[in-house]
Amino acid sequence: MSTLHLIFDIIAWLFIVFGGIFAIIGALGSLRFPDFWSRLHAASVTDSGGVVLLLIGMGMHSGWNLVTFKLFLIGAFLFITGPTSTHAVANAALVSGLKPPRQLRADLERDDD
Amino acid sequence: MLESMPHYVFLFALICLFIAMVLVLIRLYNGPTLYDRVLSTNSFGTHTVLFIGILGFLSGRPDFLDIALLYALINFVGTIAILKFFRYRAIGDALEQREAEK
Repeated sequence: MSTLHLIFDIIAWLFIVFGGIFAIIGALGSLRFPDFWSRLHAASVTDSGGVVLLLIGMGMHSGWNLVTFKLFLIGAFLFITGPTSTHAVANAALVSGLKPPRQLRADLERDDD
Repeated sequence: MLESMPHYVFLFALICLFIAMVLVLIRLYNGPTLYDRVLSTNSFGTHTVLFIGILGFLSGRPDFLDIALLYALINFVGTIAILKFFRYRAIGDALEQREAEK
């Protein structure tokens, strides 16, 4: 195994390890944060950081073949549908009358002035 | 050592994803509002897609990625369907129902 391959593999392993850590950070945030809107923010850590890092790591580990193309398809699809479904959940919650916390609303109204 | 390193790396990511899925399930169980539960379901689906992919690499059969792709598609459609049902109390004929109410 040449040195270049070794460096490439080590970068792939780092991507996968950090992807796992990002996934666990997102889940911990969505468990521990106090209200719905901040949980929404925490859940998007997994959707952006975890997915991207894990898929890039798996793609670098597999090399150029059909598996990489499938990983790219999964990544592209999650990249489109993740923000869309998060927006749909937030929009439905706002329409149904779930208000952001009082401090945040005060800040938003002060910015409007 | 270096040859068995990918095994340990994938195992680490698998355990991380498993713990994350358990935490999301706890939030799904005692989320106070409906929207917390929908958000947790969506997040659980994303974790499952990654879990299936990592499991395929760990067992040396990356063909599992087809299942992961299918799961991602169904997860998105399911989230939108749940939200639409709880907003209009109907999945198929929401427009007709709203016009009948007017």
